[in-house]
Amino acid sequence: MSKKLLSLAALGTLCTAFPALADGAPTLVETKVISAGDTAWMMTSTALVLFMTIPGLALFYAGMVRKKNVLATLMQSFAICALITVLWTVVGYSLAFTPGNSLIGGLDRILLDGMLYLKDEGKLTVHPLAGTIPEAVFMIFQMTFAIITPALITGAFAERMKFSTMLVFMALWSLLVYVPVAHWVWAPGGWMFDHGVLDFAGGTVVHINAGIAGLVAALVLGKRVGFGREAMPPHNLVLTLVGASMLWVGWFGFNAGSAVAADGRAAMAMVVTQVATGMAALSWMAAEWIAKGKPSVLGIVSGAVAGLVAITPAAGFVDAKGALAIGLISGAVCYWSATSLKHMLKYDDSLDAFGVHGVGGIIGALLTGIFAVKEIGGVEGNLMTQAVGVGATVVYCAIVTFILLKLLDMVMGLRVSEEEEREGLDVVLHGERVE
Amino acid sequence: MKLVSAIIKPFKLDEVREALSAIGVQGITVTEVKGFGRQKGHTELYRGAEYVVDFLPKVKLEIAISNEQLDQVVEAIETAARTGKIGDGKIFVYDLEQVVRIRTGETGADAV
Repeated sequence: MSKKLLSLAALGTLCTAFPALADGAPTLVETKVISAGDTAWMMTSTALVLFMTIPGLALFYAGMVRKKNVLATLMQSFAICALITVLWTVVGYSLAFTPGNSLIGGLDRILLDGMLYLKDEGKLTVHPLAGTIPEAVFMIFQMTFAIITPALITGAFAERMKFSTMLVFMALWSLLVYVPVAHWVWAPGGWMFDHGVLDFAGGTVVHINAGIAGLVAALVLGKRVGFGREAMPPHNLVLTLVGASMLWVGWFGFNAGSAVAADGRAAMAMVVTQVATGMAALSWMAAEWIAKGKPSVLGIVSGAVAGLVAITPAAGFVDAKGALAIGLISGAVCYWSATSLKHMLKYDDSLDAFGVHGVGGIIGALLTGIFAVKEIGGVEGNLMTQAVGVGATVVYCAIVTFILLKLLDMVMGLRVSEEEEREGLDVVLHGERVE
Repeated sequence: MKLVSAIIKPFKLDEVREALSAIGVQGITVTEVKGFGRQKGHTELYRGAEYVVDFLPKVKLEIAISNEQLDQVVEAIETAARTGKIGDGKIFVYDLEQVVRIRTGETGADAV
């Protein structure tokens, strides 16, 4: 979410009218301040971002695993969607987006208490980051981001993690990593917010966070049985291409929706999202074509996702030229990280959660500091400020993820047994199979 | 009686079936199989992970015939399945001891 969601003038007016807005707390206002256009676009964006996880990401990942694990892979994204929905309602939203201190939010919205729509009085609550839409829409839009982030991590430990442990890990990770980092970056009063770190739609909060957690998970869980010795080709790249295409479409809600308004800035965010994605898809395809002799389907769709990731923090700050540069760089660098770096360092980030989301997120966050255009976002980027944001997210996320996984390994065990892994997670964990 | 088993390229199946029908063969059984011979496999590359695929898809035909039909059948398969390129497949011929048509209980040459 852009931190400068409202024009300064609008913010000034609102702050005068509703002094409580100044401290970052949601406020009760008259329904007439609500913009029907903004609200309609944000409800649409919410649906688009939910669509990115189920079925977009679920299919993108499911096509890349072996057939014996396809249902288990789909199940992870779907179950995370349900789990985070409940957690976000109970406590996540409150801790991320209500005033607290610079590290964590408050408890004003536990069970969404105080998030109001009063029909007879003609009043409802709005969040200070989105003064023209109901707080309810802001809350659920944010929920879809909280859902997709842990779902992205599942790509790193695909085909080997216990489902029960995964659920507990994701619940804890969401509350201990996602929620605080979202508060730091996006909530007024969060320390990165106040430090001027730019993250329009979630380069740090979503992608670096998920990518680093994925890398740590791949290292702690270890490789799949037979990794490097046995063939583990994707079982159905049709699913992967369909899923990637849904991600591409849904990402308009993610990025243009992060303007939290149906305005000119949302339009710019939409344009640069499309431009960077097309460029990155071509960039990965060209790199692979030159290096390996063939342009693969998996390659071009991976390039598109890398571009989507990299433009995420920059959308709303950069112009089309910046988007072309970000696409070109992210496509080629992510190609290298997902194909060469991984094999060089010998970790089994099975579906490249780190190689695409971690690396793409870091590239995007840093390049936002270089390509930000003052006329679009109202701020000039600063590479050093961006680097602070990236560094803090990487370190915090890596440490907490590592501790969580080690604790859960002792208490519950992280992996299925070797025989179960050979048998396939679909039958072993879920008692079902695709044929 | 003879059992002819032929491994051919999958896309040649229709041509072979037509050639066999044309010389009066009454029935064939087809199985999708994989294998390797002199034809080399191919390499697949997924995000830098390289897999050599040795086993190529082929189609296996099984045809039960009388001794008199043998030469004609072998020639028909050979002609129809040949592309001249490596990987065209092979034809195996076995002696067939007994054939039973399940519906009528006929045996031997009558059941072929």
